Amino acid sequence: MELLNQITQFVISGLATGAIYALIGLSFAIIFNSTGIINFAQGEFVMLGGVFTIFALNVLKLPILLAIVVAVVATTAVGLAFERLAIRPLKNATPLSLIIITIGASILIRGVVMLLWGKDTQVLPPFSGNTPLEIAGATLLPQHLWIFGVTVLVIVGCRIFFHHTISGKAMRACSFNRKAANLVGISVGRMVLLSFVISSALGSLAGVIIAPLTMTAYDVGVMLGLKGFCAAIMGGMGSGLGTVLGGLILGTLESLGAGLISSGYKDAIAFLILLLILFLRPQGLFKKGETERV
Amino acid sequence: MKRLISAALAIAALLSFASAALAAAPIKIGALFAVTGPASFLGEPERNAAQMVVDEINKAGGIKGRKLELIVYDTGGDATKAVQLANKLIKNDNVVAIVGPSTTGDTMAVIPVVEKAHIPMVSCSAGIKITEPVKKYVFKTAQNDTLAVARIYEQLKKEHKSKVAILTVSDSFGSSGREQLKGQASHYGIEIVADDTYGPKDTDMTAQLTKIRGSKAQAVICWGTNPGPAVIARNAKQLGLTLPLYMSHGVSSKKFIDLAGDAAEGIRLPSGKVLVADLLPKSDKQKASLLAFVKDYQRHYRAEGDHFGGHAWDAVMLLKGAIERGGDTPDGIRNQLEATHGFAGIGGVFSYSSHDHAGLTKDAFVLVEVKKKDWALVK
Repeated sequence: MELLNQITQFVISGLATGAIYALIGLSFAIIFNSTGIINFAQGEFVMLGGVFTIFALNVLKLPILLAIVVAVVATTAVGLAFERLAIRPLKNATPLSLIIITIGASILIRGVVMLLWGKDTQVLPPFSGNTPLEIAGATLLPQHLWIFGVTVLVIVGCRIFFHHTISGKAMRACSFNRKAANLVGISVGRMVLLSFVISSALGSLAGVIIAPLTMTAYDVGVMLGLKGFCAAIMGGMGSGLGTVLGGLILGTLESLGAGLISSGYKDAIAFLILLLILFLRPQGLFKKGETERV
Repeated sequence: MKRLISAALAIAALLSFASAALAAAPIKIGALFAVTGPASFLGEPERNAAQMVVDEINKAGGIKGRKLELIVYDTGGDATKAVQLANKLIKNDNVVAIVGPSTTGDTMAVIPVVEKAHIPMVSCSAGIKITEPVKKYVFKTAQNDTLAVARIYEQLKKEHKSKVAILTVSDSFGSSGREQLKGQASHYGIEIVADDTYGPKDTDMTAQLTKIRGSKAQAVICWGTNPGPAVIARNAKQLGLTLPLYMSHGVSSKKFIDLAGDAAEGIRLPSGKVLVADLLPKSDKQKASLLAFVKDYQRHYRAEGDHFGGHAWDAVMLLKGAIERGGDTPDGIRNQLEATHGFAGIGGVFSYSSHDHAGLTKDAFVLVEVKKKDWALVK
């Protein structure tokens, strides 16, 4: 019974962490799908979300809801500027050089935030109290429910956007074949910009809702970014349910591994999974192998 | 011919300048602090405190009429850089002594350099390896982990608690603490029933704590620096863990209470006395130094002086004492440092000797508890 209770707690904690990974993974996938690059500055957008919210809340003295909006808008502006200044000017660069540029941008953003806000860890008050909730012998914080809720909303939102709106369909068209998309009159450049906007907004939203739990500092983006990347790889870089499942599986395995095997191997477990998937199923856990991409 | 004369004149002029400069030359002290990078929470207050105390000594007329000059370099917490900068301090800047580095890793890397150059160094980091075995030119001011562990175990023994769970961070601070916790347990009749770790960037430790809750532990000891322990405190509250929670001296600053919020309530930790300077009894030898340091730091930097800054304050003051007694040669300073006896500083009452270059006893630590978002002494 005791063990069963423990396992419930491991799974629930794991799912909560996994939902965060899933959100970040989704924002990786969105950029990848319309540009073919992996944006390693994604973790920094997550960090910016948290840092901007705390700044708006503590320094500008805005109410929490407005602070969140300000943070998401500000981060989106950073994402937009990043695309315009660093990605757009290099029209014919190979994906590899673009990826390296994103790594450079991540270091730059981290450095600037460190200089402006210092190196201290900061904390955001939880949105709806700190009283733990009990579910089947395991406990959760209200903030976890926020994370689950936002993740579900984002998945539904993505689904509707990518399958039922013109812009979303145009973005998907770009991901299948840029040239053909261009030929039928889709502005590929605009779609790339849009993907950066959506993905930085998503990343910052993830950063905002996790800040009350995990706290934030200029360097939190690195590990979160990597884990989100893991989730996206597990889901085969799709911007749908695959990535979300990938994140949830990753979080749960990490938590179970830490609880039942050894906490020393927690990160090792995550990255071992990543390597295994890259070796055995590079197309992701849930995707059929793609043949049409040339 | 004319050229020769002007050259000779120039050389003569240079020489006379040089000797004039020599007469008023300040005593150069080098400092290596991790002002940036992951250990900046150590390096920044250390640099501030060292600069503050040097300025103050100079304002008061220097040491025997000679000013001190502090040359500070930032190691960024990188051992390779620390070694390069130590060489630079010794060879280019000709310092007579070095204060710092901030971390055990940096210090261990720099030790061979100063030993070879015969330059005394007063490290501000805590690792026990630094002064055990004793190195001729290496001293330190930060309290050993051993003393902090002893303080916690003593308290547990007093409360007849013999089964503990330990949760340590997987970096050098945590693994050194883990080693000490395991090594000293049997001496106090304590059994470690759960031994878990977490990563320095981990954001959720409920898995480890759930496991600990299922063990027979009567207390949890967590060894890490911010923000990990704050996450652990919050997770423990989330899980409704009722076991007493002990932290290390690595989080003994107000920042920890800020980060952990309500979850910090009731947490105990060993700490240098600077946190509770005004709560100490009047008979405490360190009280005067502590209050002076806290007041000064507040005035200069509008921030609370913590014990990290205190390590650098102690290091400079110890050097000052040694220079006053033994002159400004590196060997003179070293010999007088070793002869320091009963210097009441921030970290504790220092008495160095030829077989002890750490100089403190476990009285350097007090056990404090978080009560109403502030520190209180545990009696």
